[in-house]
Amino acid sequence: MSERHLIVGAQLPNGERRDLLLEGGRIAELGTGLDARGAELVDAAGLVVLPGLVDLHTHLREPGYEQSETVLTGTRAAAAGGFTAVFAMANTSPVADTAGVVEQEFSLGRAAGYAAVQPIGAVTVGLAGERLAELGAMAQSRARVRVFSDDGFCVHDPLLMRRALEYVKAFGGVIAQHAQEPRLTEGAQMNEGALSGELGLAGWPAVAEESIIARDVLLAEHVGSRLHVCHVSTAGSVEVIRWAKARGIDVTAEVTPHHLLLTEDRVASYDPRFKVNPPLRRAEDVEALRAALADGTIDIVATDHAPHPMEAKEGEWDASANGMVGLESALSVVHRTMVEPGRLDWADVARVLSQAPARIGRLAGQGGEVEVGAPAELVLYDPSATGEFGLERLAGRSTNSPYLGETLPGSVRWTFHQGYATVRDGEVREAAEVAGLAAAAGSGDG
Amino acid sequence: MNHLLGTRELSREQAIELLDIAEDMAAVQEREVKKLPTLRGKTVVNLFFEDSTRTRISFEAAAKRLSADVINFSAKGSSVSKGESLKDTAQTLQAMGADGVVIRHPASGAPLTLATSGWIDAGVVNAGDGTHEHPTQALLDAFTMRRRLHGAASRGRGLDGARVLIVGDVLHSRVARSNAWLLPALGAEVELVAPPTLLPVDTRRWPVATSYDLDEALGRRPDVVMMLRIQAERMHGAFFPNSREYARTWGLDDARFDALPDTTMVMHPGPMNRGLEIAARAADSPQSTVREQVANGVSVRMAALYLLLSGERGAAA
Repeated sequence: MSERHLIVGAQLPNGERRDLLLEGGRIAELGTGLDARGAELVDAAGLVVLPGLVDLHTHLREPGYEQSETVLTGTRAAAAGGFTAVFAMANTSPVADTAGVVEQEFSLGRAAGYAAVQPIGAVTVGLAGERLAELGAMAQSRARVRVFSDDGFCVHDPLLMRRALEYVKAFGGVIAQHAQEPRLTEGAQMNEGALSGELGLAGWPAVAEESIIARDVLLAEHVGSRLHVCHVSTAGSVEVIRWAKARGIDVTAEVTPHHLLLTEDRVASYDPRFKVNPPLRRAEDVEALRAALADGTIDIVATDHAPHPMEAKEGEWDASANGMVGLESALSVVHRTMVEPGRLDWADVARVLSQAPARIGRLAGQGGEVEVGAPAELVLYDPSATGEFGLERLAGRSTNSPYLGETLPGSVRWTFHQGYATVRDGEVREAAEVAGLAAAAGSGDG
Repeated sequence: MNHLLGTRELSREQAIELLDIAEDMAAVQEREVKKLPTLRGKTVVNLFFEDSTRTRISFEAAAKRLSADVINFSAKGSSVSKGESLKDTAQTLQAMGADGVVIRHPASGAPLTLATSGWIDAGVVNAGDGTHEHPTQALLDAFTMRRRLHGAASRGRGLDGARVLIVGDVLHSRVARSNAWLLPALGAEVELVAPPTLLPVDTRRWPVATSYDLDEALGRRPDVVMMLRIQAERMHGAFFPNSREYARTWGLDDARFDALPDTTMVMHPGPMNRGLEIAARAADSPQSTVREQVANGVSVRMAALYLLLSGERGAAA
């Protein structure tokens, strides 16, 4: 019942051209002139093959906000963007702060079959920042949670943050911090600087991010634990992280595609599609983030895919929701901002969008090399395609993309998860078909 | 001009044209019959998402003296979470056939959103949005200054060489922002004086000077001192220790007022906190323009509505 594919003439991340035979959920053979032996032929001439992308920062909205996204629609968007695994943030309703909720999300992901769903557990009960959630129970659950985050909120109490960092050492966990000093950002609407003063929008100062990161890396050093910094957005944050890494502190960091491409100038339109937290920053920040991703100071790109219904994104700025959808556009934006200028090659893209996020999240079976025996978690990307990013590129439930109408390079042609195609020649497959393939694959490996 | 959303987009020529039309409108106000037929059959909606009786009645008087039909629409609590959305309100007004919408909104940018959303065809006048702009207030301030400086010879002139001090809560003031763009465009030199906490963090791109010391700034003999309303609640955000210290350091008290030459104009957009940012003696002095500002507000708003809605440019009827 499982699918077999022969991918012909794909360009590996290292630049070599090879055929790949996918069989039994793995890369069975890798070479040239491979025999199809009845497998479906996939013409990959001109396509780059990468390990399936892994997003360490996705909002799937289920349970609780199904009008924005569900596990099914969110992972469909993931597949469309070339992702084979997503880490689902905990700010659902109920909050993912118990074993029951994370197991529910995990199961919904397995059943949908578009991508592996790895739940992230809340650090504190209800994201309230007051007492620790049952981190151990979530770690020991069927969902095997290793990443904990109150994303959307900062774990700002220094004692709670210290304890959380210490506690998760027991099971190899990591705290993914949304670095935002709450008092410095009360009512904040956009990056604080010259433009916020002109537009009359309350400022979100860079120091509110940088001061929390500085505190947290010192805490991580003190207790010998592992810290991950979500959506780094400022040049100053890059400097702090660079310093911490040089000092040997176990810190990793992510940048979003939108912070690599867009600047605060977009806010002058008061178009709420550009409202996001942390906010879009200055051109100097964008440049510092690109340099940091190129030199490894920032480890990964994560989307912070944040679906919202139309009515939350078309009114006045202050009343509109923070967030942008980003799964479907991430690879194209990284292509535009990092590959086209020669700052990353495709092997680097595999690292920052697949291998490193899987490693940080301790997720097995994802983020491998493209080699014989590796799980058939792959994406085939056409880097030569260029076009307007339109609604037809969006495969989730919400359409709050900042890129609609922009010209972006590249397009995802095929995505393979557990050996079967979730995207075939540019088309996302039907949900029922994918669920059937997932059920078969699941029974296959027990 | 299709909309009046801010002063930042106004050229010197556009601003002077508007002020000159306001002079014509002011002249009409001295006639026995104050009403012009210019906007007969047009509908102007005062769409106020924030209470402001003064601004609303000023716009209402302006529209009525141009013979427009006026509808007052008070829509408090506009956001998605709090009732009717801006979109629904706009579409309602569109369906009612509004030709002009005068909007006051607590969110910066809401008038721009209304004007550019495609929800409505009406001309939009910003009557104050959040902490962003309040263009008709700045225009009436400029009009008042120009009349005091040039009297009957005001037409066609800017404010060249006039030195204007704007004092107080610049950070939260849409009046300060609109004046900071408009007055320099008209040739004035503007200095903003405030505690450092009540200035935006970066005003280097603004065509103005900034300073913290009111006494030093007054010592430079400005032609105009404009005091901004300060909200005593700001002390809770730690912008200043308390209202006494604010008044002592940044208020136009009797001693500071007495030291000014008789020719210095004292302005305030209202409503005033007497004894806080401005002492009663200054407010009630002949140098105070506070009541003129109110009267001129109607003329300036007539000019704005005329330019937006009459479908023709040039001198008033």
